[in-house]
Amino acid sequence: MNIKAYMAIMRVRFMLLVQYRVAALAGIATQLMFGFVFVMILEAFYFSSTVLQPMSLKEAIGYIWIGQAMLGMLPWGGDAEIQNLIRSGNVAYELCRPLDLYNHWYARAIALRVAPTVLRALPLFLVSLFLLPQEYALEIPTSTAFLAWVLATLGALFLGSAITNLINISMLWTISGEGISRLLPALVTVFSGMVVPLPLLPDWSQKVLTLLPFAGLVDTPARFFTGQLAPSEIWISTARQLIWTIVLIIWGRRLLQRGLRRLVVQGG
Amino acid sequence: MTGVRLYFRYLGVSFRSQLQYPASFIMMTVGHLVVTAIEFFGLWALFDRFGSLGDWALAEVALFYGMVHVAFAIAEAAARGFDVLHRHVRTGDFDRILLRPRSTVLQVMGLEFQLMRIGRFTQGFVVLIWGISKVGIVWTLPKYLLMALSILGGCFLFVGLFVLQAVLSFWSVDSLEVVNLTTYGGVETAKVPIAIYKGWFRRFFTWIIPLATINYFPLMAVLDHQDPLNTPLWLSWLSPFFGIAFFTMSLQVWKMGLKYYHSTGS
Repeated sequence: MNIKAYMAIMRVRFMLLVQYRVAALAGIATQLMFGFVFVMILEAFYFSSTVLQPMSLKEAIGYIWIGQAMLGMLPWGGDAEIQNLIRSGNVAYELCRPLDLYNHWYARAIALRVAPTVLRALPLFLVSLFLLPQEYALEIPTSTAFLAWVLATLGALFLGSAITNLINISMLWTISGEGISRLLPALVTVFSGMVVPLPLLPDWSQKVLTLLPFAGLVDTPARFFTGQLAPSEIWISTARQLIWTIVLIIWGRRLLQRGLRRLVVQGG
Repeated sequence: MTGVRLYFRYLGVSFRSQLQYPASFIMMTVGHLVVTAIEFFGLWALFDRFGSLGDWALAEVALFYGMVHVAFAIAEAAARGFDVLHRHVRTGDFDRILLRPRSTVLQVMGLEFQLMRIGRFTQGFVVLIWGISKVGIVWTLPKYLLMALSILGGCFLFVGLFVLQAVLSFWSVDSLEVVNLTTYGGVETAKVPIAIYKGWFRRFFTWIIPLATINYFPLMAVLDHQDPLNTPLWLSWLSPFFGIAFFTMSLQVWKMGLKYYHSTGS
C-alpha cells in the first residue's frame, strides 16, 4: 500500500476544504442557536420531573454541545465531487490511477469529515466552555475523561469515514443519490444521539442502540467527555467502533467491486 | 394577464416540471417527510422520559408543533424563489426580472414552488390533527378559524423573513445562512410553547420576530391553559394580523433594497 500517496490526497483535500471559512462562521452561529434552543428545552423537561434520570441535566447539556461541535464529522452525505464524477462518467479516470480506489476515496472521506470539524469545533468548544452562563456551559472534563474522549473521537472519525465511503459507493447504483442520501441523515441523526441524547431514549431501546454502528459517532465521545461513561469503558467502546469500521470497510470494498464490474462508461 | 393569473401560470409550469421525474419526486418528498418528522419523534421520546414539559402535555405541544410546521412548509414551498435569489443576483439573472413589466415580488415567487415540501406539511398536519383529537377540550368553530388564520399569518411571517433574506443578497452574497437562525431556527424554537424559554431569547421571538403569534398567542385562547406569560385575550385573537403586518413591512424593505441594487453586470 502506498501510504504516502493517500496521505497526500488527504492533505490536499483538507487544505481545499478548510478554505470555506465564512460558511463555517455562519454554520457556527446556526449551531449555537440550535444548541441553545435544545438546551433550554431539555432544562424545561428536567425541571418538570422529579424522577432520577439516566443522566444529569449538566451531562445532557454537555452532550448537546459536544454533538453540535462535532456535527461536521457526522456522515450526512457523500463526497459531492465523487458524485459528479460518477454522473459525468469521469469516474473512468479514477480507474486509471495506480491507486486502490477504495483507499483513495476513503482518504478523501477522512478529509471531508475532518475539515469542517476543525473549522467549527474549536470556536464552538471555546464558546460553550468559557462564554456561556454557568448553567448552560460545557464543563471541563477530568484528564482521563479527556483522553478517553480523544480516543473515542478518533474512532468516530474512522467509523464516520467508512459510512461516508459507503454512501459514495452507493452512488454507482442511484445516480441521483436521492434515495440513500436522503434517508441516511435521518438514521444518523436519530441513532447517533443528535436528536435526543441516547441515554434519554426509552430504556428498552438502550441495548439495541449501543449495538448499532451510529452510537459510535456522537454518543460514545460525548458520554466520555461529560463523564456519563467512566473512562475505563473506553476499551469496550473502542472495540465496538473498530469492529463496525472493519465490517463497513469490508462491505464497502465488496460493493465497490461489484459496482465496478457492472459499470459502463460511455464515450471518451 | 392579471398578476394573480400570471402567478398561477408560473405555478402550473413549476408543478409540471417537478413531476417530470415522478419516482425522484416521490423519493424526495418521502425523504423530506421522514427527516422533518424526526423532530416530533424527539419530542415524543422526551415526553416518554419526563412525562411533561412544564405543565404542558404532549397533545398540547403537538398543536404548537403542528401549527408552526404547517405554516413553515407552505412558506418554504412558496417563497423558495427568495431563498435562492442570491444565486440569481450573483449570475446577474436578476436583471431579467427587473426588465419585465411585472411585479418583481410576483416573479421571484414564481421562480420555483417546491412541491416536495408536502413532506414537511404532511407530517406537521398529521401531528396537528392528532393533537386536536387528543387534547380534550371543547372545539368550536371560532377556535378552528383562529388556528387556521394564525397558520396563514405564520406563512406570511415566514415568507416575510425569506424576503428579508433575499434583500440581504443585494449587499452580500455570503453569510446569508445567518437568516436561517430565524427561519429554520424559528421553527425549531416555536415547536414548543415559547413560554419555556428565558428572558431576552423569548422576547426576541415575541416582539422582534413575532413567532409567538403563529402558535403561542392563538393557542392560549384555544386551550384555556393557564398562561405563564399572561397574554391578554384580545392579543390572542389578533395574532393572525402580526404575520401579515410583518410581511407588508418586509415588502417595503424589498422596495428599498431594489433601489440600492447594482447589477453584477455579467
